[in-house]
Amino acid sequence: MNRLLKNREILLTVIIAAMIAGFSSRAQGFASPGNLANIFNDTSILIILALGQMTVILTKSIDLSVAANLAFTGMAVAMTNAAYPDLPLALLIVTAVGIGAFLGAINGYLVWALRIPPIVVTLGTLTIYRGMAFVLSGGGWVNAHQMAPSFLNVPRMPVLGLPILSWIAILIVLGAWFVLTRLPFGRAAYASGGNPTAAIYAGIDIGWTKFIAFVVSGALAGLSGYLWVSRYAVAYVDIAAGFELDTVAACVIGGISIAGGIGSVGGAVLGALFLGVIKNALPVIGISPFAQMAISGIVIVLAVAFNARAERKAGRIILRDRGAKEVSA
Amino acid sequence: MTDIVSSKRVIPDRLGSKTSRLLASWEVLLFGVAVLIFVFNSFASPYFLNAWNLSDATFNFTEKAMIAFAMALLVIAGEIDLSVAAIIALASTAMGAAAQAGIGTPGLVAIGIGTGLVCGAFNGLLVAGLRLPSIVVTIGTMSLFRGISYIVLGDQAYGKYPESFAFFGQGYVAWVFSFEFVLFIILAAAFGVLLHATNFGRQVYVIGNNEFAARFSGIPVERVKFILFLLTGVMAGVASVCLTSRLGSTRPSIAQGWELEVVTMVVLGGVSILGGAGTIAGVVIAAFVMGLVTFGLGLLNVPGIVMSIFVGLLLIITIAIPIIARRIKEMSR
Repeated sequence: MNRLLKNREILLTVIIAAMIAGFSSRAQGFASPGNLANIFNDTSILIILALGQMTVILTKSIDLSVAANLAFTGMAVAMTNAAYPDLPLALLIVTAVGIGAFLGAINGYLVWALRIPPIVVTLGTLTIYRGMAFVLSGGGWVNAHQMAPSFLNVPRMPVLGLPILSWIAILIVLGAWFVLTRLPFGRAAYASGGNPTAAIYAGIDIGWTKFIAFVVSGALAGLSGYLWVSRYAVAYVDIAAGFELDTVAACVIGGISIAGGIGSVGGAVLGALFLGVIKNALPVIGISPFAQMAISGIVIVLAVAFNARAERKAGRIILRDRGAKEVSA
Repeated sequence: MTDIVSSKRVIPDRLGSKTSRLLASWEVLLFGVAVLIFVFNSFASPYFLNAWNLSDATFNFTEKAMIAFAMALLVIAGEIDLSVAAIIALASTAMGAAAQAGIGTPGLVAIGIGTGLVCGAFNGLLVAGLRLPSIVVTIGTMSLFRGISYIVLGDQAYGKYPESFAFFGQGYVAWVFSFEFVLFIILAAAFGVLLHATNFGRQVYVIGNNEFAARFSGIPVERVKFILFLLTGVMAGVASVCLTSRLGSTRPSIAQGWELEVVTMVVLGGVSILGGAGTIAGVVIAAFVMGLVTFGLGLLNVPGIVMSIFVGLLLIITIAIPIIARRIKEMSR
């Protein structure tokens, strides 16, 4: 039982299931497959961004610029689509991923080559990228009627009962799982966050690993830029403002250690779903949507406290080397 | 890769002469930047060199700088508080609610600062008491504090403040010197003394440089960190009093995004984000630099969000330059 409690994925699954059961006792139909699919679809973008954030956090970094990256990329593709409605959608999506990856690469390069702490770099680029979205658009909006039908409709198109947006999220979850657990990059990401010194001795290039992690996070933010604009059918400078904190929250709730090296894809996905279920349940059970911010705040604080307890090892911490702490798990 | 280092800093065998060290210091460099911006601005706009305009410009940074002083200590000690802007919002909401209930100015000030104190204590308890990482804790409390403001206010706003309350944000002590500016100077001096001339300040540096060594030297690390969070909360409360008084109204989105500007000010002031180094003088000059940049750009009709690009660039470039310079120096050796 104790071990079961320590497994974050199982624990979170149980909590989410209990929440859904609780909410459906208050509101009929909350637990219906259709509504659950809706919640998943609604949380898809958060899941995608949380996986990018997780990759970065694993390497002992943090990317606070994801939402600004999303806003800039979303604005760029929306404006391109409004100006040239005939461009094929695939090209626009590739452009979105490319722009996002490039913005992520700027973050990664500053962290890698200049060794500026990631939090400083991404705090800076957060304001820069969002400012660039303003410069690009002149403060204007791109509305639904300016966007091509295919631009708007493809993510909503149902395939096998789920919209394409959900399928994209599922594909990315599988991809992230494969990359992080089956490819050398995944090993390197865990190692460079878990014990940087040991990682260097093992021949892992920590700087390069961080750079790639930021590029991945940026690319996913870019893709989310298109998905966000298409889903909400509008692009303006302030879209997804503050969403970077939701992605960090999803990771923390999912048991990903902010100190790097610990966490699983399943955890990040469940963390995002946890937030998604709460967000969708509040209006259903008659709590003001204004309460959502405070609730996610409480959840983040609780999750951090919980993580710290799970990560803390027996013995006197002050006499331990920071790096050695993770080894005795 | 040379990521393996036993110490964060390289300690040379012999230090340079006192004057050469002073000239190469971050504060002097930053002061030079401030003077350059000042000169540039006075050429760029005919409205810049006017005592009242410059006095107005100080409002751009005084409130943020008050928090930045406390934040500087916190960052030097190796922690960070991203919830300061949310504390402003919560304190402002508390004052707004109290003002609607007819509480007078002294009571409002006490409530504002008291809210800051409670929020700071909450952060301190979580970070120092439960030993949680401050960056995530304060991301959480940031949502929590501002979230409470949203629950209380929703899409409403508080407006009816007593007339005497306006003094803190709109009053002038003498000639062009506003209350806020005078308070800023007093606080700068007080924090300068606290950091550079007391045992407490020394302990802050030691904790930031080597927490383990600090513990073994008998420094009450947790207590110092708790006090620093308390202090940051109180300063956010003070800033909230000034800001609320200046705006004369409270919305839950008040001071949105200020945490980033405060951290930028601190880092721009030469405080190492890794902890252990930095001065209050640096933060004071950084406050002036940011105030002058935003004011100058404002006179040139640059919209606020474009200014934020400059602030972001300023942050990254000022940190990158010394690193690049050091790299070039190492290469030429």
